[in-house]
Amino acid sequence: MTASTALSAADLRSRAPRIRADALRMIAGARSGHPGGSLSAVDILLALYMGVLRHDPARPDWEGRDRFILSKGHACPALYAVLAECGYFPRELLWTFRSLGSPLQGHPELGKLAGVEASTGSLGQGLSLGLGMMLGHRVRGIDARVHVLLGDGEINEGQVWEAALSAAHLRADRLTAIVDVNRIQLDGFTSDILELEPLADKWKAFGWEVFDLDGHNLDALLRAFADARGVEGRPQVILARTTKGKGVSFMEDNPEFHGAPPTAEELERALQELGVTHA
Amino acid sequence: MRDRPARVLGKATRDAYGETLAALGHENPRIVALDADLSKSTKSVVFAKAHPDRFFNLGIQEANMVGVAAGMATTGLIPFASSFATFLMSKAFDQMRMAVANPRLNVKLVGSHAGISIGEDGASQMGVEDLALACALPGFTVLVPADGVSASALTRVSAEHQGPVFLRTGRAKAIEVYDERTSFRVGGSVTHHLGRDANILACGLMVAEALEAAFLAREEGFDVGVVDLYSLKPVDAAAIEAAASASGRIVVAEEHLHHGGLGSIVAQVLAERHPARMVSVDLGDRYAESGTPEAVLEAYGMTSAKILAAIRQVIRGDLVPDQA
Repeated sequence: MTASTALSAADLRSRAPRIRADALRMIAGARSGHPGGSLSAVDILLALYMGVLRHDPARPDWEGRDRFILSKGHACPALYAVLAECGYFPRELLWTFRSLGSPLQGHPELGKLAGVEASTGSLGQGLSLGLGMMLGHRVRGIDARVHVLLGDGEINEGQVWEAALSAAHLRADRLTAIVDVNRIQLDGFTSDILELEPLADKWKAFGWEVFDLDGHNLDALLRAFADARGVEGRPQVILARTTKGKGVSFMEDNPEFHGAPPTAEELERALQELGVTHA
Repeated sequence: MRDRPARVLGKATRDAYGETLAALGHENPRIVALDADLSKSTKSVVFAKAHPDRFFNLGIQEANMVGVAAGMATTGLIPFASSFATFLMSKAFDQMRMAVANPRLNVKLVGSHAGISIGEDGASQMGVEDLALACALPGFTVLVPADGVSASALTRVSAEHQGPVFLRTGRAKAIEVYDERTSFRVGGSVTHHLGRDANILACGLMVAEALEAAFLAREEGFDVGVVDLYSLKPVDAAAIEAAASASGRIVVAEEHLHHGGLGSIVAQVLAERHPARMVSVDLGDRYAESGTPEAVLEAYGMTSAKILAAIRQVIRGDLVPDQA
């Protein structure tokens, strides 16, 4: 997608329920996966892939493409659904998620599936990879930006803060991190497991330009990405305040749906709530 | 191989690496170097001075450095990331696993200060599990030069090879083993001589000790050969098989723990292809300690004398004094 084909917030909004439904269908079909953190990330992914990134699904290896890394790799059902929506591969492939021989691995793997830019799933690694890509672009004179989506639980990992220090020091202004602040990690609420707040102050102290917003507000997301593009001399982070399990009442803010698949009956209820009843 | 090997100290393998990397930087603009605040020790500083715009000192952040190197590789660069072997392999193992090995990215990892020959700094700085860890990673090529000439050649081999490489270098000046006529390649080895009574399979600093030990054994009337298995992975299994079939007796010598290094690799090849009697000269199952390099190498048995004792043992069934 080039800037001229970027979709409006309203258009993105209309696609979100089906992306959520696809992600849940994949997880239910595989009888495993991570619904909560997939649903919280859908609007961020839609905004990026269909409103922000310069990329071309017909040429996934195009050298000048903007890069995106899903550092919180467990949210890959949402990523795969958005990649299919963009046309990287046929939507039918989604239903092979996590099955033997499928390119749709349980966590994303570079080289297996068009559009996937990094092997993630071992939390904490994506920001370093993104910084490396951005520096690679700088050395090679490639005009492109790099975006990395982190989980809030993920930033417990020390490597994230190593990368945060380095990115500011190296004036990595073509690097944008997004933190999906859904306030829940595997064992419970982030505030109980390991307190992260004041989160904005931490990133500011590390030398990053901070945008703090509602991660389900597509207008706000598109505006923040546009503003981030204008920042010079330092990396940017978007603290996207989200709801884990967004869009499905019994999954919202429910730690039980971090890594548990919905039953057939739960899937049916979820699809009804999303207003998506047929494939 | 009749004369006593000259024991002439040449360059440390880390120096040969730094100089060669800087030269490669002139030849190939896609080569970049990273370090984690040890460039003066790993010698990536030579590259840094020659190519400041392509050198990245990440600070004391091995995990981040390896991730950054992997990201760079996806943009078509050839990153060489250096640190001490132990810090690189131990602190950034998960990054090597998922960011480098899993997608088989073209990242070169160079670990200096390997083995116990660093001496005074002691166990925390000594890379003694690095080969076991590096060899465990799918798709990794693992190279261990014996001297300055081979270190320079293997740095070049690393740059030309497409895929992840771990190159092990050392701090100490290395006894000269090779001249420029010897060629090195991924999966290769150098057979100095094939003996009928026993053959020593060695890597790194132990190659020079093996050559000395083979000479001493010949003084005692034994025909003992030496093979430098500088490519631990992929290993030259045919050379191991040839050494076993020539003598039926193998001594393995390496500056590494007993488990997971060259000895384990050789034992596996022998068991699968040509069972032979084998005795190991290595660091055993323990960490070493501070001391002058000479004193530490002597105390922990990284010497030609220890290899000679192993030769006698493998030939005659003599007992070697306990390492501890």
